[in-house]
Amino acid sequence: MKNLMLGAIAAGTTAFSPIAASAQIEVQFWHAFTGRLGELVAAQVEEFNGSQDEYTVVASHKGNYSETLNAGIAAFRAGEQPHILMVFEVGTATMMGAQGAIKPVYEVMAESGAEFDPDAYIGSVKGYYTTTDGEMLSLPYNSSTPVLWVNRDALEGAGIDPDIDLSTWQQVGAVLDDLKAAGHECPLVTAWQSWIHLENFSAYHDVSFATQDNGFAGLDTELALNGEAQVAHISAMGQWAQDGKFIYTGRRNEGGANFRAGECALFTESSAGYAGISAEAEFDFDVRPLPYWEGVGNAPQNTIIGGASLWVMEGHEAEEYKGVGEFLAFLSSTPVQAEWHQNTGYLPITAAAGDATRAAGFYEDNPGTDIAVIQMTAKQPTANSKGLRLGSFDQIRGIIDEELEGVWSGDKTAQEALDSAAERGNQLLRRFEQANG
Amino acid sequence: MEKRVTFKGWLLPVCLIAPQVFISAVFFFYPAAQAVWQSLFIPDPFGLSKQFVGLGNFEFLLTDRFYRASFLTTAIFSVLVTLVSMIPALFLAVLADRLIKGAGVYRTLLIWPYAVAPAVAGVLWLFMFNTRVGVVSWYLGQLGYDWNHVLNGGEAMGLVVVASAWGRISYNFLFFFAALQSVPKSVIEAAAIDGARFWRRFFTIVLPLLSPTTFFLLVVNVVYSFFETFGVIHTITSGGPQQSTTILVYKVFSDGFVGQDLGSSSAQSVILLIVVGLLTVVQFKYIERRVHY
Repeated sequence: MKNLMLGAIAAGTTAFSPIAASAQIEVQFWHAFTGRLGELVAAQVEEFNGSQDEYTVVASHKGNYSETLNAGIAAFRAGEQPHILMVFEVGTATMMGAQGAIKPVYEVMAESGAEFDPDAYIGSVKGYYTTTDGEMLSLPYNSSTPVLWVNRDALEGAGIDPDIDLSTWQQVGAVLDDLKAAGHECPLVTAWQSWIHLENFSAYHDVSFATQDNGFAGLDTELALNGEAQVAHISAMGQWAQDGKFIYTGRRNEGGANFRAGECALFTESSAGYAGISAEAEFDFDVRPLPYWEGVGNAPQNTIIGGASLWVMEGHEAEEYKGVGEFLAFLSSTPVQAEWHQNTGYLPITAAAGDATRAAGFYEDNPGTDIAVIQMTAKQPTANSKGLRLGSFDQIRGIIDEELEGVWSGDKTAQEALDSAAERGNQLLRRFEQANG
Repeated sequence: MEKRVTFKGWLLPVCLIAPQVFISAVFFFYPAAQAVWQSLFIPDPFGLSKQFVGLGNFEFLLTDRFYRASFLTTAIFSVLVTLVSMIPALFLAVLADRLIKGAGVYRTLLIWPYAVAPAVAGVLWLFMFNTRVGVVSWYLGQLGYDWNHVLNGGEAMGLVVVASAWGRISYNFLFFFAALQSVPKSVIEAAAIDGARFWRRFFTIVLPLLSPTTFFLLVVNVVYSFFETFGVIHTITSGGPQQSTTILVYKVFSDGFVGQDLGSSSAQSVILLIVVGLLTVVQFKYIERRVHY
């Protein structure tokens, strides 16, 4: 009996062992995806492993974004770091500061000799992960941008033309009034409030979120999110919250459940919400560009991305980095990217993948799926709309969340809340500067 | 007359205490010393470099009014968690102690929640009180009460207190139940013959006899609410809305493991260590006087 069990365990371990053939060079890839996205990552890895026999990529799920970053950091401290680590966009400054722990992607690609053309990548996507000298530090992987999701049935039910123009917040405000007057209980809901209503808001109106080009030009950056434009927007949102026109559901994307269930009429959320909404919504929906305030700043400029990129960690053998280069080149290739973009609603990272998707007729069959791409790429990014590079940004977002909750509950004015957020966030920026200076 | 056992040599006593000293050193003194040492630096997350800042981390924390405010939040939270986990436990133990039939079943069922990890308990309670699909919030809505812990700080505090205390009720129940079993029946019977009714017997005889257990549980539960509750907070509120559920240990966790600010996180755990140390001294000095062994 005992022998039988040992045999079973041995057989089990062999069957599940990621190392199929020991002669191959192994590349460790730690990511943060589960569910549908997890399956798609696994499929990409499998395809790569099947396409050649020199390298084996081993993908491991390490928890959510924060947990994956932590796992990578802890592993580096223990000398057990993976070759490739997925890091969400707010961790970018942390990774950039970690010279000696990371190997910039442009360097990896040059040394490995894998196919790599920095110009093939979409500017507003790669800009987030590129130095001011144009050197790509990490490979953009899953990038999305906020858009406006519309429940057409809800508008119709309130006697509003579902094709009504919702390009500006002025227009949205009028629709919210009508929805409320018709007795609708959830006219507007949002996900990721700081990302959409402050970070992207600032880029979209071409006003600065932080000094020093949003942190790109130096660590001595200070938050400027309490500017006139932002205060006016948060103030309007606060008033909508008081009037029951904007319903606050939480700091992350909790509002998605309300929208997908058909309870809410309008929903500001990432373009990557497409997979979930198209699968669950039992109502007629469409997707519109993120609204802007007419007459404020240079709106509409372009929105910025959220999501994650792939960082290569220092401390491995040259031949292993060759495998890393091959894998990153594979991920950037047009068919892989086009498929990823179409399946997930994430942006294509190369212009070629976008073109291939268009040529295949995907945008015609799925109207609105190209809105995020257009919104990101219609204009050349400015210093205010290239992205954000702020240290301790995960914590700063937490502070912004806290302060915004003060506005939604009516405890604070928008000016008080944003002044306080800037003051508290600046303290963290100074600490980050001290730690990385 | 007190009995004392004396050892003849020193080898045996040293061998006997060595395992305890070793475990304390490895799992308590070494990490505590590490925390104190790290609290003097601002390191980068990857451990590539660090800067000595002396007491700079402490200064940074103690001049932050939001950090100081979380002391009050922690005090409120700890008192509530301790009360909510001990009073129902004692009540249930008294009821179970009076049972003749089926006591074993009740006992077992009442112990189950202790097996649920804090973070999982947090998720369970969050489901029940979810503002959209929660069963409890739905019934409250039917009664005309609009439950919204996402924006209402008081409700959020109530929810994290209940979720943190729930599993501890089982733990406390176990101790109270065992203590009740050891209350001599003859004393209670004598009181009953003298005409003392149940509650009078409970307050004048049983409760004083339970005081060593109650004191032990008081210390243990306060320590629990200070140190082990961050999982519940993390899953239910993330410290919000605003800062209404940001207790000290949650800030240690989120600054260290979310924010990668290990210097500040270490300094906070040192402060927490001092606070709980002082609290325990106070408990032993002032409350233990009322305990009758």
